[in-house]
Amino acid sequence: MRLLAEGLSARRGEDLIFNDISFALSAGEALVVTGPNGSGKSTLLRVLAGLLMAESGSLKLESGPPEMRHPSEISHYLGHRNAMKRELTVAENLSFWKDFMGDSQGGSGKGLVEAVEAVGLPGIAHLPFGYLSAGQQRRMAMAKLLVAYRPIWILDEPTAALDAGADKLFAGLVNAHLDRGGIVVAATHQPLGLERIKELRMTGFSGVGGGMWHDA
Amino acid sequence: MIALFFRDLKLSIRAGGGAMIGVLFFMTVVAVIPFGVGPDLNLLARIGPAILWIGALLASLLGLDRLFQAEREDGSLDLMLMQETPLLVTVFVKCAAHWAATGLPLVIAAPLLGLFMNMDELAIGATMLTLLVGTPAITFIGAVGAAVAVSLPRGGLLVSILVLPLAIPVLIFGVSAVYAAIEDPAPFLPPLMILMAITLFFAVIGPVAAAAALRHASD
Repeated sequence: MRLLAEGLSARRGEDLIFNDISFALSAGEALVVTGPNGSGKSTLLRVLAGLLMAESGSLKLESGPPEMRHPSEISHYLGHRNAMKRELTVAENLSFWKDFMGDSQGGSGKGLVEAVEAVGLPGIAHLPFGYLSAGQQRRMAMAKLLVAYRPIWILDEPTAALDAGADKLFAGLVNAHLDRGGIVVAATHQPLGLERIKELRMTGFSGVGGGMWHDA
Repeated sequence: MIALFFRDLKLSIRAGGGAMIGVLFFMTVVAVIPFGVGPDLNLLARIGPAILWIGALLASLLGLDRLFQAEREDGSLDLMLMQETPLLVTVFVKCAAHWAATGLPLVIAAPLLGLFMNMDELAIGATMLTLLVGTPAITFIGAVGAAVAVSLPRGGLLVSILVLPLAIPVLIFGVSAVYAAIEDPAPFLPPLMILMAITLFFAVIGPVAAAAALRHASD
């Protein structure tokens, strides 16, 4: 499986946010998107997740499921917001997403208990999501990545609000996903401690050369 | 999809969900009418079905704006947009859950409020039946308004204004079916059938339009 982006550009309102971004990711590879605030990292990820239309360029998945319309169908997207309901318990939230999303072909998600243990918070799944601290909420949002299997993970600032221990734990989760042949695209400020990464540095505003990518 | 239905139902019953808001508003509106109109029992019985229908219509508009806005605010909408499941199925299930949480209680509360309005059994039964058939249409129409206004911070009033003109036929045929049931010469079935047709029509059109609006509202 290969994820191919060719000449992507995106617009928000009048402004071109980035221009001519191309990359290719094979199974087991991670792309880390870096750059200053406002350089278009989140916009790029939303384009990859199919939530924003690309102004030009194409996004393809080689040797994916034939009936698929867009790579987003086999992707997880972890944005700035956690997509969990404060009023429901953690277990209710996770089991809803597990049922609603289902597993993409080629893998199966972890059980609820196992996923909660994997993010290092066993024993609090019965609490309403709103009772948790910001860091705990973020960890539980990561558990969502584990309960439903998706080969592609699109992560926007995944480690915001996390302590150092959780950073390491998260790097472990991502590496395990890569070992199973997954693809990860992450925007971040902090070094994630990942192996086998490519780096895409977003440089600028509106059309002045979107960015460079090179193997790190 | 069943998971989505029960999750939405659970959310509307939990704190801040707003399942009871609609039915409380319905009760408030109908309960003050006899005080305003005065103790003319015949008049109350005559306007009863219309008042019940107007109350139910306004009550079902309450809380419609949160249908997709709450999902958008916590990021759930992004994930729903990404899935392989067609978005219109997701929208349809959300509408069904919304109706079960807010529309069905109105139907169940209607007989009690019918007593306030001095309505007889036949009128109460006919009102319940027409509400049962007609209120889903309001939810499906409202879903379109809610989807259009999803990114507006105070979209509540806008949703009502967008939705109300389209919901007027539902009101007209709902009320005329009840009057047809209690007044002899007019036939009961034709308006009821039209009401059903309106509901089925919007059950198809509503989710399609709402899904299209949600796709274009994402940023």
